[in-house]
Amino acid sequence: MTTQPNVPVPDLEVHPSHLSPDYKSTILRSPTQPLLPVRELIRDLSMPVFGQSVLREFDNDLTKNARINGEPIGERIKVAGRVMDDSGRPLPNVLIEIWQANSAGRYVHKAEIHDAPLDPNFLGGGRVLTDADGRYSFHTIKPGAYPWGNHYNAWRPNHIHFSVIGHQFEQRLVTQMYFPGDPLFNYDPIFQSVPKHARDLLIAKFRMDWTEPEFALAYQFDIVLNGRKSTPFES
Amino acid sequence: MKQLRQTPSQTVGPFFAYGLTAEQYGYPYDSLMNQSLVSIDTPGERIFITGRILDGNGVSIPDALIELWQADPQGQYRTAPIEHNTATLTDRRFLGFGRMGTGTLPDGQFHFTTLKPGTINDGSAPHINVMLLMRGSLRNLYTRLYFADEPAANAQDSLLNAVPAERRATLLAHRQEVNGEMHYVFDIFMQGPNETVFFDL
Ligand SMILES: [Fe+3]
Repeated sequence: MTTQPNVPVPDLEVHPSHLSPDYKSTILRSPTQPLLPVRELIRDLSMPVFGQSVLREFDNDLTKNARINGEPIGERIKVAGRVMDDSGRPLPNVLIEIWQANSAGRYVHKAEIHDAPLDPNFLGGGRVLTDADGRYSFHTIKPGAYPWGNHYNAWRPNHIHFSVIGHQFEQRLVTQMYFPGDPLFNYDPIFQSVPKHARDLLIAKFRMDWTEPEFALAYQFDIVLNGRKSTPFES
Repeated sequence: MKQLRQTPSQTVGPFFAYGLTAEQYGYPYDSLMNQSLVSIDTPGERIFITGRILDGNGVSIPDALIELWQADPQGQYRTAPIEHNTATLTDRRFLGFGRMGTGTLPDGQFHFTTLKPGTINDGSAPHINVMLLMRGSLRNLYTRLYFADEPAANAQDSLLNAVPAERRATLLAHRQEVNGEMHYVFDIFMQGPNETVFFDL
């Protein structure tokens, strides 16, 4: 394959190492042996397909899907983007599952011990499917930062967790979306586990032109999945 | 040809349960998949895939998420869409996809109900694709479960043969009859002398 002169070749190594010792839990939970290269041995393994019926009303609106006696507290936002493979081809019908803390930085999870209030009208879970052009969007409340036990005075930047099931086995991605300009980026070993040049890929873009006047600010978060199956033969 | 950079992976963290496995953990949200890869009415003899995920100290991990994806007994992967009612057991067809967190059974166990996969026409031995996510893991871990009671098929399997011989046993699930049920026990070791073979896709 030839590359155009003057066009910088992007560094495609974007993923964290399994072992990232500053994130302490990786020390006992990451493989020590080299991974077995199986690209040539697992070919064309499709993942399950999801029908539209998996979506119920308000699955894509976390401000509405757990109301009990009112609206959840916090800053309403819209998050939208496209899911593509790494050749830029949009991926329709991709299942995106999301979960997050509430505006006070508190998760509904029972094991969560952070002393911040739960919101009776906010669960923080939802799901969407991408449309024919690979687009998705959902509404939620902007999540708060929260402390964690990794080291003294450790705090996670604001983030939304994403689980993505693409079309192929190697297109299973779990990641986190961050917000622009977060002052905690420099102190978070999970964010910093990603190579420096690739960290911008995890930060949503503020989109003034997508905001809903009098209602919600908007952020764009595009997701690019492993696309090796669609790469033409190189000889 | 243009090549975009992939979105980097991040950990699933400790608090995935109310989003990804809400029904299993008792949160008020529905689940599209769960620990059963079959519905009540799916024909075929049930097997159970059980085991634990052990960290580098040999301690079982109680906040991992494990997903299975496998062919049916005829060796076919499901291609029909998964619909909302699939996991709630009204679809007789084999589902083939399962998901379970290790935080609800004692000692971090997982326990899936499924059918034994058939031989897939690419010549591989019967197997189940395994995806593993957990706090402390920054990327998905992929591996495969093979059946120790299929020695002839396993000996012909190209992926198993690509595994160094001394590590092949880490991909074998062992049959055990428990109260008349057919269990296949598959413990996953993150580290140590029995470290499970994980894949680079
Ligand atoms: Fe989190």
